[in-house]
Amino acid sequence: MTPEQGKRLAVLAAVWGALILAPYWMPLFGGYTALGSRVLVLGLGAMSVNFLLGFTGVLSFGHAAWFGLGAYACGLALKFVAPSTPFGLLAGTLAGGTAGTLLGALLVRRRGIYFAMVTIAFGQVFYYIAFQWSSLTGGDDGLRGFTRQPLDFRLIRIDLLHNDVYFYYFVLISFAAAVAIMAVILHSPFGRTMIAIRENERRARFLGIPIELHIWIAFTLSCFFMAFAGALYALLNNFADPRMLHYSLSGDFVIMAVMGGMRAFWGPLFGAVVFVVLQDYLSSVTVNWMSFIGILIVLIVLFFPRGVLGLLRQRRMA
Amino acid sequence: MLQLVFFNVTNGLIIGAFYALMAIGLSLILNLSGVINFAHGGFLVIGGYLAYTLTPYLGFWGALIIAPILTALIGVVVERLLIRRLYGRDPLYSLLLTFGLAFIIEDGTRQIWGANGLPVSVPPALTSPLSYEFFFITGYRMFMVATVAIVVGLLFVLLRYTRIGVRIRAGTLDLETVAALGVNVRALRSLNFAVGIFLAGLAGVLAGGQLGLEPTMGDGLLMPSFIAIIVGGVGSLTGTLLGGLLIGVASGLTAVFFPSASEAVIYVMMAMVLLIRPRGLLGEEGMFT
Amino acid sequence: MSKDLLSRLVQRRTMLKAGLTIGALQLASPFIVKALGDEPIKIGLDNPLTGTYAAPGKNELIGCQLAVDQLNAKNGILDRPIELLSEDSTSGDAGAAVQKARKLIERDNVNFLVGNVNSALAQAMAQVSNEKGVLHVDPGGHTDPITGSDCKWNVFRVCNTTHMEANAVSDLLFKTYGKKWHFITPDYAFGHTLFENCEADLKKLGGTVTGNELTPLGITDFSAYLIKARAANPDVLVVLVQGNDMVNCLKQIAQFGIEKQIHDAGTQQELEAVEAMPSEARVGVWMFEWYWKQAAGTPGLDQFIAEIRKRSDGKVPTARTWFGYVTIHAYALACEKAKSIEAKAAAKTLADMELPPEIKLQPNKVYFRGGDHQLMLSAFIGELLQKGDGDPENLFKVNSIVAGDSIAPSVAETGCKMNIPA
Repeated sequence: MTPEQGKRLAVLAAVWGALILAPYWMPLFGGYTALGSRVLVLGLGAMSVNFLLGFTGVLSFGHAAWFGLGAYACGLALKFVAPSTPFGLLAGTLAGGTAGTLLGALLVRRRGIYFAMVTIAFGQVFYYIAFQWSSLTGGDDGLRGFTRQPLDFRLIRIDLLHNDVYFYYFVLISFAAAVAIMAVILHSPFGRTMIAIRENERRARFLGIPIELHIWIAFTLSCFFMAFAGALYALLNNFADPRMLHYSLSGDFVIMAVMGGMRAFWGPLFGAVVFVVLQDYLSSVTVNWMSFIGILIVLIVLFFPRGVLGLLRQRRMA
Repeated sequence: MLQLVFFNVTNGLIIGAFYALMAIGLSLILNLSGVINFAHGGFLVIGGYLAYTLTPYLGFWGALIIAPILTALIGVVVERLLIRRLYGRDPLYSLLLTFGLAFIIEDGTRQIWGANGLPVSVPPALTSPLSYEFFFITGYRMFMVATVAIVVGLLFVLLRYTRIGVRIRAGTLDLETVAALGVNVRALRSLNFAVGIFLAGLAGVLAGGQLGLEPTMGDGLLMPSFIAIIVGGVGSLTGTLLGGLLIGVASGLTAVFFPSASEAVIYVMMAMVLLIRPRGLLGEEGMFT
Repeated sequence: MSKDLLSRLVQRRTMLKAGLTIGALQLASPFIVKALGDEPIKIGLDNPLTGTYAAPGKNELIGCQLAVDQLNAKNGILDRPIELLSEDSTSGDAGAAVQKARKLIERDNVNFLVGNVNSALAQAMAQVSNEKGVLHVDPGGHTDPITGSDCKWNVFRVCNTTHMEANAVSDLLFKTYGKKWHFITPDYAFGHTLFENCEADLKKLGGTVTGNELTPLGITDFSAYLIKARAANPDVLVVLVQGNDMVNCLKQIAQFGIEKQIHDAGTQQELEAVEAMPSEARVGVWMFEWYWKQAAGTPGLDQFIAEIRKRSDGKVPTARTWFGYVTIHAYALACEKAKSIEAKAAAKTLADMELPPEIKLQPNKVYFRGGDHQLMLSAFIGELLQKGDGDPENLFKVNSIVAGDSIAPSVAETGCKMNIPA
């Protein structure tokens, strides 16, 4: 094993070690388990956006639409169809992912600011539907009346609702599964093609790569991951509300990805940790937390555009 | 019914004029510098608050002129310090920077002027409606439309006939060549940004008379501005003007038949335009693809 | 070139290190503080401090803080000091509000949870507080289900419900102005329920609804709706939109001169919104949940006003300030009566508890109804004043103060079926 590989393995072990032991070391620093679950779910969302943003070079600023759809679908499934957590997750993922697939076919011809704006537009349309169709979605009050159901494995029953630690591990396992699939995709030939498109779209096109098809597939995949994260979020909160579809949440995901480092695989998770923890902490100590977050964003964009992990990578190479 | 429709179309034009003012400022900045200014709503708020603070000393008319100028100056400072570094980079960064800036402005105004809304009175000379029949055409709204018309008219004259205007227009098409021709592009960009922010500040002063003045008032006006640009066509100021008026009218008309959808309809319009004619009504092919 | 890069990297490194050190110190500090002092009773306030509801949220905080200071000056609750932990729930992000609620309950171990101005957030928080068995008072979310179909043993409410709001003014408007009403309703759950309640009242009295304009939340221009309203020629224009929407709507009503042809009214008004209106927009008949200018001789009122002025740059207290104040004092009284801060015990004494004069600051009997945990607070009905009545601070003329239990629907009507755990 080369020292490079050894180093990577060590980092991986450190990251996973920290994640697995989180419920135990977080309280020492003023954290709490639910915060950890939130970081994981939003981190997964940020990584899903980054699938498009960092690895394909496509900016979607309305990705929260799929997140929210996943959340609502999961909630509706739990409320009206079957009181089963895995089923809720599945329903949420399929709903958001399928919607993304269908709409993605319409969107892939556009790029840059247009693409960003169309995605915002569609996100807002879903937002209004969630708001107005209040008989189904609960409107502004949000979709209520469902809770996480215990996992029933015949021999053991795991109560996810009342035990935050169990739920955290549930989220962690789900997160691990999604991330593993993401990693496999990115290391596959398809993943390499995505990066090629990011680096130089025109050259990739000259090489005969069907650009629109690839972008559509990447878009679809990221929507599925996003919807999965959304379904988890619904389980975390035991409700779904229109804000989960709003473009401001999309903006938050993009910021997390940039903050952590768009080019790094774990970047968005790192960004999520910083963003969520910082926001949680700052809003407790000062009423001006918005200014601090705003200043942080400005500083990151100006001085650390590669994000924290990008900076570390630069130092290593320098 | 016909009268209702007519009223709402007229009313929609009045609202649309306001959207157009905001959108044109945004468009100016986007066209020349490639910056998506998410903080435009924030500058509107600053304009409104500055006018409120200045009115006791300068009166309504004095504040109307000075507040936007001050806002534009703040804009220049922001451009020099922050935005200038992002030229040439992916538009993502300017979007994120201004996103963060919007947070700072909202919190800052809340800190300085308080969270509660502030009462803004318009001079009594402007308040009375045109007639009993056309009660919604108040003096103030006419004044707003007139102001927008004058300012936008002046802007178009500036862009068409003055040297600076020509340079800005040329810069929109090909900034590199303009620079190669010896024009101080940096100063040009700053000036352009200042003009865009001046319009935002002016919109803020006008809005204060119509709406409650509070830190989050810019939020609801930002999205319609973006949509006006997309519908009218990126790259074309006339298009943006048209776009603003169109979405105003659409919103007004929808309010007659489907009142709860009067805001959603502008998003639907944008989606339609983007899918059917992505360059917008008067936009140019190839701008930002 | 590389020197430049190096110096920039060094700057970044130093910044990062400095930031991380300070951050680590800060994060560790709550852990350190706990070890000192007497074990205080912790009250968690999870309310908006940013966004649209920042103003009412701030006033509720001021009211809470005054109550906490007053109680601490007299040995706190059951001889333990009170600590008020305030978190920003944001004005609309239910996820954040719930997160903060969990933080307050799990990490900070609060004994009492207060929140939220936003009905949706209040409901979301109620789910968490119920799950964890923590006593919870809603100091400002008006939606019916909180003390209605969704009532919970640990949840109480201090502000009134949409049903009460509708009932408060209906009679008066009908008798004084006429039977044809036109509505401007905010298009979301709260607005819909408010309209339905008003419509039901109107029908009972024998009136008619000439139209209902559903306006999107946050819309700034009401002209289209006002055009339609005028065309319908009603006797009364009932404005149900709240907050900034209400300010905008009333401003435009005044500008269009509509109040000269049609009487304007609404169900609930807030001083925060009125303060944001120019004088010409202050028109119509409204209901306040509490108002500072009352008949002389109301016990405790002058002192309360004076105290609040000191804490809010000379401004008078609003209903929101009063909500915060009442919430904390009611909790204190409940605990004292139960001789315990345990949630079930305190909930038992809080239900049916009557507020003493220096807390209720109004005539009429004010008490928590046992069946649904709803405070029976009075409705202050009157008219907004364009020119004041000699007192430049007074913007509203109170014509009558109606007792809460006379306008509240019965417990059965609210749909509340309270299950009290053993």
